Amino acid sequence: MHLYNLTLKEPTAALHAVVGSFCGGRQQEILISSGVSLQLYRWDASGGVLQNILSSSAFGAIRTLAAFKLTGDDKDYAVVGSDSGRLSILEYDPKTTSFVPVHQEPFGKSGARRIVPGQFLATDPRGRALMIAAVEKTKLVYILNRDVSANLTVSSPLEAHRNTTIVHHVVGVDNGFENPIFAALEFEYDDGANAKSSEPLLTYYELDLGLNHVVRRWSSPTNSRANLLVPVPGGPSASSGDKDGPSGVLVCCEDHIVYVHMDVPQHRVPIPRRGRSSEDAGRGLLIVAAVVHKLKGGSFILLQSEMGDIYKVTVEHDREVVKCLTIKYFDTVPVASSLCILKSGFLFVAAEFGNHHFYQFVQLGDDDSDTQYRSSSYPTFGMAAPSDPLPIPSFQPRSLRNLVLVYEIKSLCPILNSQVIKVLPHADTPQILTACGRGPRSTLRMLVHGFDVDEVTNTDLHSAPNGLWTVRLKDDDAHDAYIVLSFADATRVLRVGEPIEEVQDSGFLVTSLTLAMQQMFMNGLLQVYPGGIRHIGLDKHVAEWRVPLDKRIVSCATNTRQVVVALSSAELVYFELDNGGKLNEYQERLALGSAVLTIGIGEVPEGHQRTPHLAVGCEDQTVRMISLDPETALQTISFQALTAPPSSICIVDMVDGSISNAQPTTFVLIGLINGILLRTVMDSIHGQLSDIRARFVGVGPVRIVPIKVQQRRSVLAISMRTWLQYTYHDRVHFTPLISERMDYACPFSSEDFPEGFISVLGTVLRISRIPQIDQILKEVEMPLDFTPRKLIAHPTNHLLYLIESDHRAAQGLSGATGAQRSSGEPGDHPSTVVWPRAPAGTWASCIRVSDPTTATTLNRIPLDNNEAAFSAAIVTFTSHEDTPYLVVGTASDVVMTPRSCSSGYLRVYRFTEGGTNLELLHKTEADDVPLALLSFQGRLLAGIGTSLRTYEMGKKRLLRKAENKEFPSAIVTLSTQGSRIIVGDIQHSIFFVAYKEPTNRLLIFADDTQARWVTAAAMLDYCTVAAGDKFGNVFVNRLDEVISEEVDRDPNGDGILREKGILMGAAHKTALVAHFHIGDIITTFHKTSLVAGGREVLLYTALHGTIGILVPLQSQDDIDFLSALEQHMRARFVSPIGRDHLSWRGYYTPVKAVVDGDLCEVFSQLPYSQKAAIAGELDRTVSDVLKKLEQIRIGACGF
Amino acid sequence: MSSELRYTANTQLEHLHARYTGTGHADLTKYEWLTHQHRDTLASIVGHPTLTSYLAIADNESIGRVKFEMTERMLQPCGPPPPKDED
Repeated sequence: MHLYNLTLKEPTAALHAVVGSFCGGRQQEILISSGVSLQLYRWDASGGVLQNILSSSAFGAIRTLAAFKLTGDDKDYAVVGSDSGRLSILEYDPKTTSFVPVHQEPFGKSGARRIVPGQFLATDPRGRALMIAAVEKTKLVYILNRDVSANLTVSSPLEAHRNTTIVHHVVGVDNGFENPIFAALEFEYDDGANAKSSEPLLTYYELDLGLNHVVRRWSSPTNSRANLLVPVPGGPSASSGDKDGPSGVLVCCEDHIVYVHMDVPQHRVPIPRRGRSSEDAGRGLLIVAAVVHKLKGGSFILLQSEMGDIYKVTVEHDREVVKCLTIKYFDTVPVASSLCILKSGFLFVAAEFGNHHFYQFVQLGDDDSDTQYRSSSYPTFGMAAPSDPLPIPSFQPRSLRNLVLVYEIKSLCPILNSQVIKVLPHADTPQILTACGRGPRSTLRMLVHGFDVDEVTNTDLHSAPNGLWTVRLKDDDAHDAYIVLSFADATRVLRVGEPIEEVQDSGFLVTSLTLAMQQMFMNGLLQVYPGGIRHIGLDKHVAEWRVPLDKRIVSCATNTRQVVVALSSAELVYFELDNGGKLNEYQERLALGSAVLTIGIGEVPEGHQRTPHLAVGCEDQTVRMISLDPETALQTISFQALTAPPSSICIVDMVDGSISNAQPTTFVLIGLINGILLRTVMDSIHGQLSDIRARFVGVGPVRIVPIKVQQRRSVLAISMRTWLQYTYHDRVHFTPLISERMDYACPFSSEDFPEGFISVLGTVLRISRIPQIDQILKEVEMPLDFTPRKLIAHPTNHLLYLIESDHRAAQGLSGATGAQRSSGEPGDHPSTVVWPRAPAGTWASCIRVSDPTTATTLNRIPLDNNEAAFSAAIVTFTSHEDTPYLVVGTASDVVMTPRSCSSGYLRVYRFTEGGTNLELLHKTEADDVPLALLSFQGRLLAGIGTSLRTYEMGKKRLLRKAENKEFPSAIVTLSTQGSRIIVGDIQHSIFFVAYKEPTNRLLIFADDTQARWVTAAAMLDYCTVAAGDKFGNVFVNRLDEVISEEVDRDPNGDGILREKGILMGAAHKTALVAHFHIGDIITTFHKTSLVAGGREVLLYTALHGTIGILVPLQSQDDIDFLSALEQHMRARFVSPIGRDHLSWRGYYTPVKAVVDGDLCEVFSQLPYSQKAAIAGELDRTVSDVLKKLEQIRIGACGF
Repeated sequence: MSSELRYTANTQLEHLHARYTGTGHADLTKYEWLTHQHRDTLASIVGHPTLTSYLAIADNESIGRVKFEMTERMLQPCGPPPPKDED
């Protein structure tokens, strides 16, 4: 077995975000780390979107991010703290639109270890130095400078280690141009006999630039529950000689904020709390995120609590002396992992879970009625008794007042469960349904492959057109002037304007159908109809060329200077515009010998007289490339044989970085009548076609229409489905549109509607646009109330059953609040960020019936008595005529660690009203939390704590039939085939269990040699199981066939019972056949086929929003080729964080029998010379390699 | 000072122990070993973003609090040290 791992969707979590001018200049970008990749976003004010500029996989774990600017520079560098054991400094390279590592300084072992730096990064605000620290002991300081040619240099590291010291946070203190100071919040432990819990210290480490070493300058004990530091601006301001601020840091503790600086009095204010959060009053409130923004003559500091409330903190000062520290409630936004303020007045909230929000400031919280709390109103600025808490004021959260939500970046993080089923009735491929989010921000999302299309208007034309064009009037017109519709025996011309109306004086021939419409160079219009060509000047002067009476035009192609028509006699006539703006016929005609079906001609290149190549598609299943160069005019250059007659040809120039970065590539797209689209690359000098790739568009002939999307040339391929070929991040992609079918289409642009297209289906005309091309998976969201735990699909009625439960959510929420909220706007009301808190052991939970096609909740059953649902399954009982029942495993008063509950329950529901309602039949008590349920041989199989049981349906309760209590920790996954059950244990990997019916025994006969922390598992075949563990690994275990047969032959299981265990476990051990580190915790596996008629792949969804597939490689050739390619890529590709690829993919166990497709696909991003070198070593051409990679991807997932 | 820093006259070994926190030695007590194990585990949880997210979702806490509690637990993960036998 050999697998090929391919990520379909990169994780969408935002663990860190920093703002900076990474591209240089005044514009600011937001750099987001998803843990294993970097994304750069820029705010596009005209489109009102955050534009994704680049996305780059790190092939390693990113643990922290920072940005710095060298003094006097206008460009930010990104610094990444990772598990690579290196300090990586990245610079944005606009040429390749990627982050290029400028320095990768090794300092330690790889991996996220206790004393290897990488957990904390702090930069000096003036960009002179940076500190990288580990959780314990190690701190390294690097001096940043420029060399003579203005390149960034990094000094060798200076050590600021301190043994037995654990670090909470490190920041760079802003003190102007004095020696750089880093503030660390740390505490020392002492394991000696007289150990006592020590107070955390705020320590200043000073980098002496003169002596080139780091000293521990100053240290002061702080509050014992301090967790975060926020630097306060200081030093001289750029504009005036005045000080920007007093310098120093804010120490965020539970319930308090303290201003601390060397040798000055401290100030302390309490953090106001929500008025009604008294349920969990015993616990302090933590600040989890902070942002400081320098304003002219001051600073703007926002702190966010774990409830999502943002506080504005002001340090009032007179020169360097702090007068007062104030705090007030600002607004409530989703709990962030990072907050970023942009100079243009925006706040980016990188949410720890769920969609990331982008807000605009409407005011800075200066003039509203929220109460401000001042340190000066407490004795000695709140520091009279530093260990005693100040009285905590309270406030009422309200809807947004200072911020307005302007954009959302969709995020699937966290995916807790998923299903792959065919939801949409007309779709030929399944959709991925994911249960995402946490608490009130939970959602159920349906992912559909394709781009959304916004329909702007539609009109009924009363008769069906057979052609559709839009034309401009002059060369420099920005927008279209006419829409031309061709019917069977007439042509209608509409003027674009408000309203769109029919015009009579256009000069066009309106009594015939039209074959083509073109705006010509030097301001003329051209109409081709079966009887001839009509060239209309702006002054309405008409020049006409007529076809001999016995012939007619069957096909034509035009651009602004050239016209080619094919006559019914299989002759080609060529016209060219001369410098006087007159259309001249070339003296010869070309007889082709086969009827012409379609012709394609490219645009005239800027500054040229003509395009030199023409593609003609003939009935004899060929495409001929014909020269239009004056010297070799109408000579055939090459033939391309096809598998079916062509229906449409289009020659278009698009940028594809995998072929050439320097200039656009000329593609010849050939649509065939059997629904296949061929994409070939044309040599722009010789006109030869190469690199042919085929895609299936839909049943029926393919029509190709060039349009523009986001100001770039794109192409619509229309058949039963419509696909878009476009350039995104310098690569050509091919993605379907989620829209109505269309017969014809053409690009459209008007003043109100700058970019879009018109399409016709039957008699209905639609004007639409493609709003975004960032996400190839469209997400349809449905809000949920609590963290979803399990999502199951009914086998027949296409409804979904979800169980949701939230820990620490106040009781009573299950009933009213959830229902109330579903009517309101999500994210609008403060309570929707986090549910009101309750002590540990309090649960809110519900069961939900929903319809995925309409994304609506049909029914919602709240659970009471502090009961929470953890597992669910649809079970059929043989004793009850195989009717399906919904069984939900719940438990009340669950405590997380150590796991306990007052009682577990198995609730059995009957489906009523066609499945939209559930009727509770009975509740069966269990002694532990049921974490896994499964329908097994007409009975219920339940994993309840450490025991595996089968239950039969009874009248008043479920009846226990068989039991095995030998599982070590807790059963979390169950899968079955025949009488074999595969059990995943939370800490002890996978067990193979046989059910022996004659003796009614459940017997463990094989287990794993490694104790894995299983999170998800799927049976691949009778002897093979794939599973994911808590550390981000995926592995495949296989049982020996001989043992498998032996076990099956044993009728009663006596043989299994007699066998002696090995290694304190079962008698047999499974063998590891594949192993791979994904870097994200897999929550669900699905063995499914994503392409109609395609082979099965193993799809996984993971916690941070990763969706990927493992494709079984079928031939030894593929395995050899891909492994070799992967090996070359490992050698040539440098990860942005400097992590060694092999050690990343073999993080805990060496990678085995899995090829990393993500790394192979990076091949297309390498510079051409490297690509050619690798391809040469593989004995292939570059395009062969790219084609192979594309083939595997499309064959496996269709994306 | 933990005993590993004092236990030997071999200065080179002592130096190595000071450098690689958490390394064991011949006279390691059960308590010390356990404490190191816990500190390593806690540091690993804090250092792996997926694990902090996982815990945060399970316990319905913010990631910030999970990291804070984990780091704080590194101080004395196994409680105070057992009383020394005087011999």
